[in-house]
Amino acid sequence: MSNKTRQLLTGNEAIARGAYEAGVTVCSAYPGTPSTEIFENLAQYKDSIYAEWAPNEKVATEVAYGACIANARSLTAMKHVGLNVAADLVFTAAYNGVGAGFVIVTADDPDMHSSQNEQDNRRYAQFAKIPLIEPADSQECKDFMKEAYHISERFDIPVLFRTTTRVSHSKSLVTFGEREEQSPARYVRNIPKFVCTPAFARKHRPELEEKLKALEAYANTSPLNSMELGGGKIGVLSASIAYQYAKEVFPANASFLKLGFTWPLPMDLIRTFASNVETLYVVEELEPFMEEQLKAAGIACIGKQVIPPMFELNPEIVRRGIFGTEPEVAKLNLDMVPRPPALCPGCPHRGFFYVLSKRKDFVITGDIGCYTLGYAAPLSAMDTCACMGGGFSLGMGMAKAFAQQGITDKKIFGVVGDSTFFHSGLTGAVEILYNKGNMIPCVLDNSITGMTGHQDNPGTGFTLKGEIASKIAIEDVFKSFGYGNVIIVDPQDLKAMQKAVDDALASTVPAAIIARRPCILIKRLKHDVGKCQVDRDKCRGCKVCLKVACPALHMTDGKTEIDQTLCAGCQVCAQACPFGAISRLDEQKGE
Amino acid sequence: MANFTGKSILICGVGGQGTLLMSKTLTAGLVAAGYDVKMSEVHGMAQRGGSVSTQVRYGEKVYSPIIGRGEADVLIAFEKLEGARYSNLLKIGGTALINDYEVMPLPVSSGAAEYPQNIYDEMRKGFDLRIIPASTIAKSLGNIRCTNIVLLGALVRVFGLELIDWNAALTASVPPKVLALNLAAFDAGYQFEG
Repeated sequence: MSNKTRQLLTGNEAIARGAYEAGVTVCSAYPGTPSTEIFENLAQYKDSIYAEWAPNEKVATEVAYGACIANARSLTAMKHVGLNVAADLVFTAAYNGVGAGFVIVTADDPDMHSSQNEQDNRRYAQFAKIPLIEPADSQECKDFMKEAYHISERFDIPVLFRTTTRVSHSKSLVTFGEREEQSPARYVRNIPKFVCTPAFARKHRPELEEKLKALEAYANTSPLNSMELGGGKIGVLSASIAYQYAKEVFPANASFLKLGFTWPLPMDLIRTFASNVETLYVVEELEPFMEEQLKAAGIACIGKQVIPPMFELNPEIVRRGIFGTEPEVAKLNLDMVPRPPALCPGCPHRGFFYVLSKRKDFVITGDIGCYTLGYAAPLSAMDTCACMGGGFSLGMGMAKAFAQQGITDKKIFGVVGDSTFFHSGLTGAVEILYNKGNMIPCVLDNSITGMTGHQDNPGTGFTLKGEIASKIAIEDVFKSFGYGNVIIVDPQDLKAMQKAVDDALASTVPAAIIARRPCILIKRLKHDVGKCQVDRDKCRGCKVCLKVACPALHMTDGKTEIDQTLCAGCQVCAQACPFGAISRLDEQKGE
Repeated sequence: MANFTGKSILICGVGGQGTLLMSKTLTAGLVAAGYDVKMSEVHGMAQRGGSVSTQVRYGEKVYSPIIGRGEADVLIAFEKLEGARYSNLLKIGGTALINDYEVMPLPVSSGAAEYPQNIYDEMRKGFDLRIIPASTIAKSLGNIRCTNIVLLGALVRVFGLELIDWNAALTASVPPKVLALNLAAFDAGYQFEG
């Protein structure tokens, strides 16, 4: 790659490049939208960077932090909710400080494009007392990464680097720079610094406050913060992607204070800026994070009274808030049918949920992954989905509640995916066994981390770099815990799937189900794909096949038809059909 | 758009139809032509079959990678219903370039809803509607997967982007073994008289 040409990169690609240029050598993460592509792109620098998928965000953050203690510049990255998992370490790492630079990327998801909440992780910087950096485009993603390492080392503190979906996933032009090769000092044990006993922690506590004061002083002069005086009466304080929206909305003579270093806030700089304008707007997405601090400091400003405090912003929303203008939009009289996400044609999860959907006495506690889509009609086979690992533990709580209430006619199935099992299903599986949970843990093992776009995990046998790794067998894990009846089944075989459920329910020893079939989209595997077709003479239009919720099926003139461009030939619909009207084309020909 | 003098293009369709390759080729051409370019994609929850959209903005200087309602200059829809769905982002009188192709959403295929029959009639009321059988053209060229490049050719025609070296942009973004097919697809889209 030539260094001086401009390339159109996503924020995530630029962050990976920035980590490379910063001389980072150790990186660990768990995938999560919208952060995943950072690490997928780090793999291209494998000659100079060690990068891995860890089992979860807590482990990833610990690995990266350990590396920084050993004087390697290190990186971890996660989606916003991943930081909840990693938070345990982060608060203490703030006290201890770093060896070499340590940066934690949090990719927030305003509007919940692919998330369960839209928590504003800027609060974490303030809460954990670590500096916060927010880029507003891809060039800044790259450049600010380098600066983040300088800040981390200069102030001896981890740095939180926050993007949003629009920063991570939108593309803008980036000019590359050179890598800053590091010459790390040889590691020396430092007990007072890195052993967080109460005595040492009490010593670090006031030191941390001093660091934050020094960081605020730095923020006032940081090149990441810039003032653009336009000569008009209006001033705008903004950061991250909201700055881009504000730039399009406010008149050309508006003044801007654009912050890239957003905690501790540069209060002196903000006061100077405020004194240059008559009306100060704070344009920020999600929480009134900056606005609250300005108001607490006695700086008058207008923020969330005109800018919505939830969901994503865009230029239209900012314009409406500030100027009250509505866009002209064509009014069409159309009944817009939604196109909700659905399990793909050929998805191995379909058979599992189809079999479980037939029983009204089943309670199914689900989890985060493609298989969450088991909730969707017409399957509607899910009771809960809240967080990684909750598929097992929420079911456990329900089992205990039912027991307390004398309810005996409910059968509970806890459902997690293979990657989720390693992420935080392990402890739930222990809990169920240890505390005698009356439920069946199920792992929907499609042999990949699916929804985030196919990342390897401890069960796939490959690493982030595609190298062969120890393949941890989920059945061995269950057995080693003490599950006496571990049933492995191909969920695409509906009879076998039904038998697995019946066997698990009848089991006299703790049972677990592993529904195993690789995701049909895994490129390195050969799949038995084909096309199914409906014999229109045999089809009676009963619509039983539609209950498998396959996007390839629809009704035409009262009979089922299969879209040949979508069908993968999995034959779940064919097994569901009571009249044998559906079969594989290649099998009809006797091949 | 007081401070934006460039153009905004909205591309939408159903996951798996190839919207990403089209936007990649489009932006490669625009960057090579010297424009400032920003592009934003929405990744849906599922890998395939969901509603997908990409926004491309270019000009002398681009700030926001996304637009609000009524701001796109042109809408390219790989699927008819998706074209209707995203048309609220298109400015009144803007060009709607629609692939004459239907993919049934699950509520329709499961019988819970009807596929709207009045899409073209309604869109004509607000926009400069151009209907192109891009998937049919792509099939006749040998592979429905080049629907995206047929549509790119049509876009270049209706939007007047001829000064950009699209041959170079295609060469940079598609694998060599399907380059000839995609060049033919581009040409067929460009030549289409709607």
